[in-house]
Amino acid sequence: MKSKAYMNPYLAGIILGLVLLGTIYITGRGLGASGAVKSVALSTITELAPEHTENTTYLKEYAENYDGPLKNWLVWEVIGVVIGAFFSGVLSNRVGLQLERGAKVSEITRIGTAILGGLLFGLGSQLGRGCTSGSALSGMAVMSFGGIITMMAIFGSAYAFAYFFRNLWLK
Amino acid sequence: MGPLVPYIFSNEFSLVIALLSGIGFGFALEQAGFSSTKKLVGLFYGYDFTVLKVFFTAGVTAMIGVLLLSHFGFLDLNLIYVNPTFLWSALVGGAIMGLGFVIGGFCPGTSVCAAAIGKIDGLAFVFGSALGIIIFAEAYPFFETIYLAENWGPVLINETLGMSKLAFAFLLTAIAFIAFYFTHKIEDKVSKRQSNFSKKKIIVYISGISLAFITLVFITITPSKEEVIASKIQDPKIQQNIVFNEVDSDALAFEIANNYYKINVIDVRSPEEYEAYHLPMAINIPFDELGNRQWHKVFTQNLKTNYFYADDESLVRETYVWASYLGESENFILTEDTKIFKEKFSPVIKMPSGDSKSEMDTYIYRKDLTDKMNVLVEALKNLTAPVKVKEVKIKGGC
Repeated sequence: MKSKAYMNPYLAGIILGLVLLGTIYITGRGLGASGAVKSVALSTITELAPEHTENTTYLKEYAENYDGPLKNWLVWEVIGVVIGAFFSGVLSNRVGLQLERGAKVSEITRIGTAILGGLLFGLGSQLGRGCTSGSALSGMAVMSFGGIITMMAIFGSAYAFAYFFRNLWLK
Repeated sequence: MGPLVPYIFSNEFSLVIALLSGIGFGFALEQAGFSSTKKLVGLFYGYDFTVLKVFFTAGVTAMIGVLLLSHFGFLDLNLIYVNPTFLWSALVGGAIMGLGFVIGGFCPGTSVCAAAIGKIDGLAFVFGSALGIIIFAEAYPFFETIYLAENWGPVLINETLGMSKLAFAFLLTAIAFIAFYFTHKIEDKVSKRQSNFSKKKIIVYISGISLAFITLVFITITPSKEEVIASKIQDPKIQQNIVFNEVDSDALAFEIANNYYKINVIDVRSPEEYEAYHLPMAINIPFDELGNRQWHKVFTQNLKTNYFYADDESLVRETYVWASYLGESENFILTEDTKIFKEKFSPVIKMPSGDSKSEMDTYIYRKDLTDKMNVLVEALKNLTAPVKVKEVKIKGGC
């Protein structure tokens, strides 16, 4: 069975915008993603090596005002993302194990670059205090200066580097 | 009035909201095609601008919605989370994220979507971002200087650009529509396609564009809820037509001494004036702060009677009108100023020298109330201090 076409981007954007607006109205904050990964990653370390957390400034500060991933807003939100995306995938017949890659790229390379890209994004999101959803998208909705310059930095740098990595994506 | 957490919903319940928001978020992202790297990176090679279209449409929709809700008084913009600006970390962090985007093909939200429908590269990206976060935590001392540099606080872009919120909203909306037009042209060129729009599609797009601008124009030209109330309380006609419940110092003192638990005595003067002298049991809500959320309950409750006073009669009358628009509380104003109250009810008032019975009665009456009020103030010292409702700044973040 062929998978369905993607939704009209403007319609999807309006839906996403309304979800964001509803979230801001109810909770006073926007959407996010990297914070959930942070919560899970850092609390895993804290569980495994509490002494290490004590000795590491960033971990210590994070652990001090923290009740664990299951009390974390963003963790539940990302659990929701998984459910929502899976539901959408089922509806449009896009679910299944697969690895998407450029024609010239081997599977190993693709997994390697995905990990490396994630690593950079994870690191950058800590430094920039938020990723594309938390900083850029939610920041735009509330007109945060920091959010909007983060957005410009993300896309500006992606454009600047795109040429060098074209072999990863283009034929 | 929003935001509803933590005032109406508890923080625990907000986790349910988190799950629901996430479901909507994930659904919209996946439907838009954000679970596919090819679609995402198309943005950087010019063959597919879906990311820009979705992203800008969502941002503009939410932004206009936020303005509209606050215009009608449904959403308090002072309470919503605005990401703080740390100039250098935002720029450098953003640049690192951009590099990660081109190499990895995802951003954190989209990688989760991809992983959810079974994409192995999506899962690898999520794993990578966990590693990146751990590396940052471990190497924090190395990044600390830049992480904390140039802290500007939660500044807004319209302030930085020196324009109003609405002006910026117009600008961003216009930029978005121009970008939609040109990126469509670029897509046509890069993928060598000839796009035809059906009449129906054109009508839908034009309606969408019009709706965005009409909403913004509507917000610009109609007065906000706050402005409506402000103009009403300044309006002399309304002030004339309203029946003011009035009390004098003697009556108010009696209420304070005998029914203190049924009343709020509210001083609407400045904090300095309040500090210098205020009525027993009075709390201070300066006129300019009447609208603050922490006082909302005082005006919307119907259990206690509010007594307002100030040294300026028009000020106290405006407060009264304001309170009567806002809520269900029963309100009174003190017709005399604090000086008169102080003269009548201070421990040093002298016994009248003449023999007039009525003067003597008044003296005894006031002396009695003064003593009673002093006892009360002493006894309830800790209670009379206004309960500080913590204005919980919502923590956001990503």
